[in-house]
Amino acid sequence: MSIRQKAFSDVLPDFRNLGVIARVLVAVNAAAAMGALFAAASPAQALERFVAMAAYVEPLLLLTLVALFLLSPLLQRISYAAGFAIVLAVVAALAALYQGLLPLVVAEPLPDAWRTLVLAGVIAAAVLGLLRLVAKAYSPALAEARLQALQARIRPHFLFNSLNAVLALIRRDPRRAERTLEDLSDLFRTLMAEPRQFVRLADEIALLERYAGLEQLRLGERLRITWELDAAPSDALLPPLVLQPLLENAVFHGVEPGTASGEVLVRIERRGKRVLARIENPYLEAEQSRAGNRMALDNIRERLALFFDAEARIHTHVADGRYRVEIEIPYRAARA
Amino acid sequence: MIRVFIADDEAPARERLKELLEDVAAEVPTGIAGEATNGLEVLERLPGSGAQVLLLDIQMPGMGGLEVARHLALLPEAPTVVFVTAHDRHAVEAFELNALDYLLKPVRAARLAAALKKAAAGGAPGREQLARAASGAREYLSVAERHRIVLVPVRDVVFLRAEQKYVTLRTRTQEHLIEESLVALEREFAGRFVRIHRNCLVSRAAIRGFERGGGGEDEAHWLVVLEGVAERLPVSRRQWPALRELLAEKP
Repeated sequence: MSIRQKAFSDVLPDFRNLGVIARVLVAVNAAAAMGALFAAASPAQALERFVAMAAYVEPLLLLTLVALFLLSPLLQRISYAAGFAIVLAVVAALAALYQGLLPLVVAEPLPDAWRTLVLAGVIAAAVLGLLRLVAKAYSPALAEARLQALQARIRPHFLFNSLNAVLALIRRDPRRAERTLEDLSDLFRTLMAEPRQFVRLADEIALLERYAGLEQLRLGERLRITWELDAAPSDALLPPLVLQPLLENAVFHGVEPGTASGEVLVRIERRGKRVLARIENPYLEAEQSRAGNRMALDNIRERLALFFDAEARIHTHVADGRYRVEIEIPYRAARA
Repeated sequence: MIRVFIADDEAPARERLKELLEDVAAEVPTGIAGEATNGLEVLERLPGSGAQVLLLDIQMPGMGGLEVARHLALLPEAPTVVFVTAHDRHAVEAFELNALDYLLKPVRAARLAAALKKAAAGGAPGREQLARAASGAREYLSVAERHRIVLVPVRDVVFLRAEQKYVTLRTRTQEHLIEESLVALEREFAGRFVRIHRNCLVSRAAIRGFERGGGGEDEAHWLVVLEGVAERLPVSRRQWPALRELLAEKP
């Protein structure tokens, strides 16, 4: 399989993204700290200067972030160069305004206006450059490569056992055999599909159900799946193959190795601006030596970070003999 | 007629094998001796069933096929084993290397017929042969009692002591004689047991401490105090330094 190298498209960062906001805060404060360090003779003095400088810088910084937050939708639509110019203009305008208004509030002497303007401009340009590098590192080409790694991970064990189960059906229940082969085709179509950025939650749920049907056929009464999908927003967008590998893990690690029947829970719901998904399975102590769990989990965590930056969460924990994976992503609806 | 026992945790897979056995019945007549859905069930149901050939899935809950085969090999009337697997590269390689017969799922009728004919002609696989093919340590040790296999979970074993031809296996409540070599056991369960004497392996987890022996005898300077077993076991001079280190590591 070749990895499609999509050209990296220059777009300004999304200033409404928590990760971007955090990076701007850290970068600007780091610059201030460096400035304090350069001008100071001792660490204690540097700290003092930094605190003094922060008192001056922080309000301007927050003001700028609010402005960029508001302008973000506009900035996403225009070219990188135009956006860059607008951001610099906004920063300069706010700095001038700030410099002008501050004497009305505080009596202390202020730094020269020209110095504030130049420094604000240089720092803004540097931060934009930094964010562009970060965006490049997190580019869609990388996300695609990660997705393909996951697609290539189809468990042969599952494929051959499913085919075997279909063979067992053909004589006794030809119609069910037909449906099973259709499910298998759909599943593999998705697994072999050209990488896409986003899929609708409804499609990912359909995939889960197809997959569950196949496992049900093989495992019979040993597998009991409880679906809690009433509050699932079917129009939510998420990266492909985020939930199916987790259900596969739940069956592979929590049900197949057990002699008793095991219950798997799939719950997806929307809570305000977030989408929460939880998959639970019995935690089998003896099962911990079996490999393969981490790979899918790490891969999904990585791709969620690529798509949602700091706004997605995935965590796992074990309680009351149950293993639980929870995913939280921002709710973004597909355009109807 | 060959009496065949089928072991697979997936119902459709068992059905499929039965279908195929019927399909090849003209060529190789067979009868079903029994079925099992997990490893432990095979060990319960197969002895005494008169099974001559066992079609054994290697990936089963409870106990994997390879370990099942190792315990079955103790039976005087052990069946010939044909392993069945959907996909397990390591196991297949081990089967090839150790001349064990196997079928790949989905199974083809012609392959099944050939395997059955070969199985009817050949005997059961040897214990050594199976041990070499197995990748990890067993979870149980076993003793064959006429038409029954008694399993002892390895984690319950307190100590193993070689006496002439046999090894005495001691748990908190039971004692068994098993036909295995102490050296092979030490190798297979390295880490779980520690050698305290030329003739004795002790479970690390069961060691509670050491006490001074009565002296006099050359080797009996120190005795191991064990959890759940009153008997104190002598530590040989040679093993003492290593044991003392182990004791220091223990929390």
